Amino acid sequence: MFTNAPRGVPLVAAATGLALVATGCSGAGGAGADGDRIVTVATVSNPQMEDIEALASEFNDAHPDITVEFVVLPENQLRDRVTQDIATQGGQYDVVTIGTYEVPIWAENQWILSLDEYAADPDYEIDDIIPTVRSALSHEDQMYGAPFYGESSFLMYREDLFEEAGLDMPERPTWEEVEELAAELDDPDTGTAGICLRGVPGWGELLAPLNSVILTYGGQWYDEDWNAHLDSPEVEEAVTTYVDLVRDHGQSGAPNAGFTECLTTMAQGDAAMLYDSTVAAGSLEDPDSSSVVGDIGYVAAPTMETEHAGWLWAWALSIPSTSTDPEAAWEFVSWATSKEYHQLVGEELGWERVPPGARVSTYDIPEYQEAAEAFAGPTYDAIDNVDVEQPGVHPQPWTGVQYVSIPEFQDLGTLVSQEISAAIAGQQTVEEALAKSQEYADQTAVSGGYRD
Amino acid sequence: MTAQTPPETARRGPRTRDLTRAERWLRRGPLLPGLLFVIAMTQIPFLFTVYYSFQSSNLLRPDSDSFAGFANYGSVLGDPLFHNAVANTVLLTVGAVLASLVLGLGLALLLDRAFLGRGIVRTLMITPFLVMPVAAALLWKTSMYHPVYGLLNWVLSPFGVQADWVNDFPLLSIVMVLTWQWTPFMMLIMLAGLQSQSPEVLEAARVDGAGPLAVFRRITFPHLRRFVELAILLGTIYIVQTFDAIYMITQGGPGQSTTNLPYFIYLQAFRSFDVGEAAAAGVIVVVATLVVAMFALRVVSSLFEEES
Amino acid sequence: MTPVTAPPAAPSGTTAPRPGSVRRRRRRRPVRPLPGLLAWALGLLFFFPVLWMFLTGFKQESQASTNPPTFFFQPTLDQYSAVIGRDFVPYLLNSVQASVLSTILAIVLGLPAAYALSLVRVPAWRDSLFFFLSTKLLPPVAMILPLYVIARNLGALDDARTLTLVYTAMNLPIAIWMIRSFLVELPKEVLEAARMDGARRFTEMRRVILPMIAPGLAATALICFIFAWNEFFFAVNLTASQASTVPVFLVGFISGEGLYWARLSAASTMAALPVILAGWAAQRWLVRGLSLGAVK
Repeated sequence: MFTNAPRGVPLVAAATGLALVATGCSGAGGAGADGDRIVTVATVSNPQMEDIEALASEFNDAHPDITVEFVVLPENQLRDRVTQDIATQGGQYDVVTIGTYEVPIWAENQWILSLDEYAADPDYEIDDIIPTVRSALSHEDQMYGAPFYGESSFLMYREDLFEEAGLDMPERPTWEEVEELAAELDDPDTGTAGICLRGVPGWGELLAPLNSVILTYGGQWYDEDWNAHLDSPEVEEAVTTYVDLVRDHGQSGAPNAGFTECLTTMAQGDAAMLYDSTVAAGSLEDPDSSSVVGDIGYVAAPTMETEHAGWLWAWALSIPSTSTDPEAAWEFVSWATSKEYHQLVGEELGWERVPPGARVSTYDIPEYQEAAEAFAGPTYDAIDNVDVEQPGVHPQPWTGVQYVSIPEFQDLGTLVSQEISAAIAGQQTVEEALAKSQEYADQTAVSGGYRD
Repeated sequence: MTAQTPPETARRGPRTRDLTRAERWLRRGPLLPGLLFVIAMTQIPFLFTVYYSFQSSNLLRPDSDSFAGFANYGSVLGDPLFHNAVANTVLLTVGAVLASLVLGLGLALLLDRAFLGRGIVRTLMITPFLVMPVAAALLWKTSMYHPVYGLLNWVLSPFGVQADWVNDFPLLSIVMVLTWQWTPFMMLIMLAGLQSQSPEVLEAARVDGAGPLAVFRRITFPHLRRFVELAILLGTIYIVQTFDAIYMITQGGPGQSTTNLPYFIYLQAFRSFDVGEAAAAGVIVVVATLVVAMFALRVVSSLFEEES
Repeated sequence: MTPVTAPPAAPSGTTAPRPGSVRRRRRRRPVRPLPGLLAWALGLLFFFPVLWMFLTGFKQESQASTNPPTFFFQPTLDQYSAVIGRDFVPYLLNSVQASVLSTILAIVLGLPAAYALSLVRVPAWRDSLFFFLSTKLLPPVAMILPLYVIARNLGALDDARTLTLVYTAMNLPIAIWMIRSFLVELPKEVLEAARMDGARRFTEMRRVILPMIAPGLAATALICFIFAWNEFFFAVNLTASQASTVPVFLVGFISGEGLYWARLSAASTMAALPVILAGWAAQRWLVRGLSLGAVK
């Protein structure tokens, strides 16, 4: 009766065959000429990394046998993707872009290679790397990530609005002074917020500025014995200051504002101050993206109990231990983080686009000094002043400023940031948010095996 | 119209028994390639997922794997964040499916009549369904909901409405985006249902003096039932799995107010790297939705009934 | 209401349903302007966000987010040239390959399966049908790690063929459900004609049933294509540099530093254009195809 029905089978087989025979196409993200050695680079999407891609042909000219291929993803996806690949020994990447948070943890797991042997080459001039950045990218005194660029945080403010209001920005403001200034400058009539601060959940979003405030108020996440202290009076004071400031004088939509949203607010002239990453300055001084070019002043991160309060972050290029050709990978890493690369960017793409915060010598280039006149000095000072071993008042059992360098922190930080974000949204009080956060932090210390 | 038929087992029974073995395999033949393919592609990963769900395994701590028994299931089921995610998933899904269904039906009724530029309007209407969900989510977050630069507030400000949409109404904001995306899909199915009505029956009803409302209630609505059920089924399957909109717009916040099950599992898998608990949560979701789907399809729905 | 001449009884069986009779009926109805206007208003409302995204792609970043919104501006092609400058073509080719081949496979595998589950009624057809549906219930995020490990062991990571197969598995249940809904609603006479013996029967199948459900198949294919084209999660996780698709290319514009909304809008527009054009061109089929199943 149905003798013909199975005729479908060969057809299916044919179609499957068609699918399997079809070639994988030429490959997305390929960069230039054929080479025998392929280096696959996972990068985070931002302007500096775009520049690397644009200049990769220069690398290819110098290394005709190496083909570089790029995978460009936003920060979160990149982190998820690369972690998954390396943890399962997937071996898809030869170079990965990771931050100061990951480097020590991944080095501990032996997921990435120590770069010391390679970097000992005198041409690489490893001593030219800004010391704070280098130590943040080291584990047991070996460098595991070559810094591509680094950032700290500082306070940006609208000089024109300050002048109009007859106010002066102190050279080294405290958070109390910032509170007063924000109250003065907050102008609902013109829609200008007193200050813009991040509020969106995420350990790399809200927690970065907030932790730098907690530290300078004398607070801490954990003491040296891994006892959580998120319910201490210092932390509560710091978080209350932050939450009140953004609720009373901050931008609208604060609980969903991350770096990009804050940058937009400031660039549109809708905030008088912005406490955020030093890399924001580049966009604020770019006429294509900003309407306040030339009106911005830059001072150090506001402090209370500590002398300095900026955070420290660097994107670094590391070589996974699963890379099939670490030598070729190093060729690329050393090229992209070299002095020569900075020259190349300046000459080819413009001096304001040189990656900041990686090498000391960058700040001695006259063209760069001129192009980044407004913010180069404050950026360098901010990065140089960070103490990654003990950024706050108390000693801490890890290296790093605005995060806790343990694998569990991504989860813990996300949970805590959700609670604080809810406090910014007015769904709960700061005390409630911190009580829950303390509980999470306490559980994490035990479940992670840091204390009993 | 749905023809109610006697239970099909009664009818099918003898027929199947009469077949020889070879004949039975010939009848199954066309089904097998698709069935085997789907089993290979989905059940093998699923078995791995079940295996992981009994392991204590953290990606960031290699060599920490060990057998965990039901510990992962216990900690997921006892986690208040998981309960919260279940509640959010139900609210989100019911809200978005119902809203897009009602809107889709209304639009389909409008588009079922002739008017100037009907083809253009239909074209405009289906476009939201074609935009990539990732891009659509960012579009709403950046251009529509933003409290200062958002068009929603700009349009509504003359009426005195000034809201911080995503923070004041987080779930509603997500539901609105999903409704925007899924209404065209619902509309297409409803429109198909409307246009497949038998014109003779409609005319006959009108000739008999039935008003438009009566026609809709007595004829159109029963006719649409299968279409409504299909739309609900397909819409629910996709909307339960909503991830992009939450990931892009709220990151599950503020607090936990928009964390749904897929996002909860994502946090387990990619923030705590707790492979075991993520797998256990996945298995729980499958089992729970399976029970709901079974109930809906076999008890409530007419989709499994034997057609004429 | 205008008097009615009964339309000719729809010829049963071997011909496709005739939308003509439907249309004729409608034309005779008196035209009331209000529903038309309402439909236009709602259509524009739904379309507006997409239009706004399209416009934003021609702005500078500083015009992309303003208060009040910028409606009039000097259009710029800067964003588009930046997008094209990032080597869009390989991503496009990968997307085309994965979406088109997976759609073909889903139809080729789905049609016989749907046939077996409707016209033939294999034993336990309900369970099979339910099984297909149940594979859609596991959140992709819960099985991505197993899938990744399997693909790694097979050496199938970063391969467009892997994506093709994953998308086929992802779309096949829906394809089977949709095609089956068309087959079960075919007029009885067609089935009887098809119930003749042997080789004749297969010919009947091909000559009669296939043409009748062709619009339905087209609608199914279009839906499969849309889902495959827009799929992001598997694409980002299973590929690296060789097999990445358009959605992955798209998120590469979400910048961690600096403003990106105008450029992302340009990229989104380019990424969505193929499906939007396909969807617009095929929407007539879509409605006819979806409705065809219910015509008796």
